[in-house]
Amino acid sequence: MTAPGMAGEPDEQTESRGRRFARWLYPRRRAQLWLLLAAPLLWIGLVYLGSLVILLLNAFWAKDAFTGKVAPFDWTLKAFADILTKPVYAIVAGRTVLIAVLVTITDALLAFPIAYYMARIASPRRRGALVVAVLLPLWAAYLVKTFAWRTILQGNGFLSWVLSPFGIPGPGLDELPNAWLVLSYLWLPYMILPIYAGLERIPDSLLEASADLGAKAGTTFRRVILPLAFPAVVAGSIFTFSLSLGDYIVPDLVADAKFIGNLIYDNSALGNLPVAAAYSLFPIVIMLVYLFVARRLGAFESL
Amino acid sequence: MTAPPGTPLAGQPDSDPARRAPAVTLEHLVKRFGEVDAVSGVDLEIRDGEFFSMLGPSGSGKTTTLRMIAGFETPTEGRILLHGKDVTGVPPFDRDVNTVFQDYALFPHMTVGQNVAYGLMVRRTPAAELASRTDDALRMVQLEGYEKRRPAQLSGGQRQRVALARALVNRPRVLLLDEPLGALDLKLREEMQIELKEIQGQVGITFIYVTHDQDEALVMSDRIAVFNRGLIEQVGTPADVYEHPLTTFVASFVGTSNLLSAAAARDILGMDGTFTVRPEKIRIGAPEDSVATDEHSALGRIREVVYLGADTRYIVALDAGGELIVTQQNLQASSMEALAAQGRVVRLIWQRQHVLALKGGTTTSGEAEGAET
Ligand SMILES: Nc1ncnc2c1ncn2[C@@H]1O[C@H](COP(=O)(O)OP(=O)(O)OP(=O)(O)O)[C@@H](O)[C@H]1O
Ligand SMILES: [Mg+2]
Repeated sequence: MTAPGMAGEPDEQTESRGRRFARWLYPRRRAQLWLLLAAPLLWIGLVYLGSLVILLLNAFWAKDAFTGKVAPFDWTLKAFADILTKPVYAIVAGRTVLIAVLVTITDALLAFPIAYYMARIASPRRRGALVVAVLLPLWAAYLVKTFAWRTILQGNGFLSWVLSPFGIPGPGLDELPNAWLVLSYLWLPYMILPIYAGLERIPDSLLEASADLGAKAGTTFRRVILPLAFPAVVAGSIFTFSLSLGDYIVPDLVADAKFIGNLIYDNSALGNLPVAAAYSLFPIVIMLVYLFVARRLGAFESL
Repeated sequence: MTAPPGTPLAGQPDSDPARRAPAVTLEHLVKRFGEVDAVSGVDLEIRDGEFFSMLGPSGSGKTTTLRMIAGFETPTEGRILLHGKDVTGVPPFDRDVNTVFQDYALFPHMTVGQNVAYGLMVRRTPAAELASRTDDALRMVQLEGYEKRRPAQLSGGQRQRVALARALVNRPRVLLLDEPLGALDLKLREEMQIELKEIQGQVGITFIYVTHDQDEALVMSDRIAVFNRGLIEQVGTPADVYEHPLTTFVASFVGTSNLLSAAAARDILGMDGTFTVRPEKIRIGAPEDSVATDEHSALGRIREVVYLGADTRYIVALDAGGELIVTQQNLQASSMEALAAQGRVVRLIWQRQHVLALKGGTTTSGEAEGAET
């Protein structure tokens, strides 16, 4: 290929194997893709999806009444029948979804003004400081934050102390609203950041155009800012909703209440794996529906 | 309520132009951004119904001036009057002007129809009137049938038209355009220049047009203001500005700079000061050619020949110092002949009446003050 003796051209002898391989690879798009993705695909395929599939298969397998062990390939719908007939499963599912929805709404309402201030009003320096401030709590361990809330909420804790002069008793650690409060606190950054990014992406000229065409600030907000930022709110809600739906530590520690996760945990601890697996299908289905709707609303372009 | 076809979109202009207040009056307008003087004292009257261009190099304050007229920026000093009414502190949504933005600023989440109807919608125009005016505006920019599309599904030229329709549909008395054709390719630009001019004629609205393209300003405008460093150097018709530039800056920015100053001016013209001759007014002759009494001439050597298709541009180094650029149409000369002229010694000849005295020194001489001719 190369003319012998030509200056600057590497001859066949000295050309490294790496270089030859690179040249072979260059026009082969598919080979490049496989090389890039082989390891992660293997991981996702075997470890991640594989274990998920086995978990779901468990839901359709019977439990050996004598040994209490799961009997693979002994197909039955008994686990589903259990879940549908015992009211506790429906009540806990309803409670979990309700709190997850409330947390999402609360976070959206809190996050929007904060994100708006960060993206469109604050000076660049203050904006940087605020981004750090929003991210900072994420560096603290989840359990530490939850226990901190315990000390705030418990019977003789900070909140009771603050409220005692007014004769109002503190909430204690067995109130369901505690779960709503603490989960809203925990997941707020996950709502602020996508909305902040979404708002920052709106060009100033669109807001100027709106004012130029006769719209006052309120109209511009309703007709331009909100519709353009809405996909970002939905994107944030995917985090707040799914994280709340899957949580089982906060309800246990601050509200003494059971969420879906707690029932799954209890059932698997008792060796009732088919019921645990069947019940875990419920949040998965909810999330799939949620993601489908979110995609329709354009949230994935805002992630 | 809908306008019959052929009616101008703007309110009927007064019959007597002399009694009309200017569409826009700027009184000693100043805008400072911290240390930066973006606009440093602009006085201007823009007449009702005129196509007025603001021409100037990058950073000369054109956009800032336009944004103050629109109401997006508050002047540091000075006043803005629209049709005789002081609007200096009035927010954009209460000003009877509309803007066509350089990046078009179309709302991406709305269809073309919704974009165009936006101004009418926020002003609560009745549905029937809103629909018919939106249709009219889209027809005017030749975009009927595009109502349902999204801005992302349009070409650059089509977006530009939507932006224009969205502004015109409100029937403002003044339309502000900030380099609206800047993002288009040359051919489309030229088509749109003609179209914009036609639309302006139809609707009779005052157009204030910002551009840094001198050809565009010369082609389209009734009058031009030439901006330089936040100040206006000259206001006049295209012919005025081109043929009678008042300052060195205007002469060099509008058209090709062809300056004679200092020694060259004294030697060739016999006058002190800075002068200009337009390249197309100069004739190239042989060194021994005779010169009439109403003509000037200068000896030089052709340093460079640039073949431009229809024209050829010769850059001539003068014996007296400095350079002059000469453009000649290629009536007979082929490219080979034109290019062969390089290095030749020539006599440049032009009529005395085509020499213009300029105010303001050049960067090299600095001392030249305009001699009145
Ligand atoms: N918001 C701002 N903050 C600080 N300086 C600004 C701001 N806007 C404009 N300037 C400065 O003011 C000067 C004039 O800017 P302007 O945008 O009016 O120029 P222009 O004539 O429109 O130029 P161009 O042809 O490049 O658009 C420039 O030096 C610019 O850097
Ligand atoms: Mg500009």
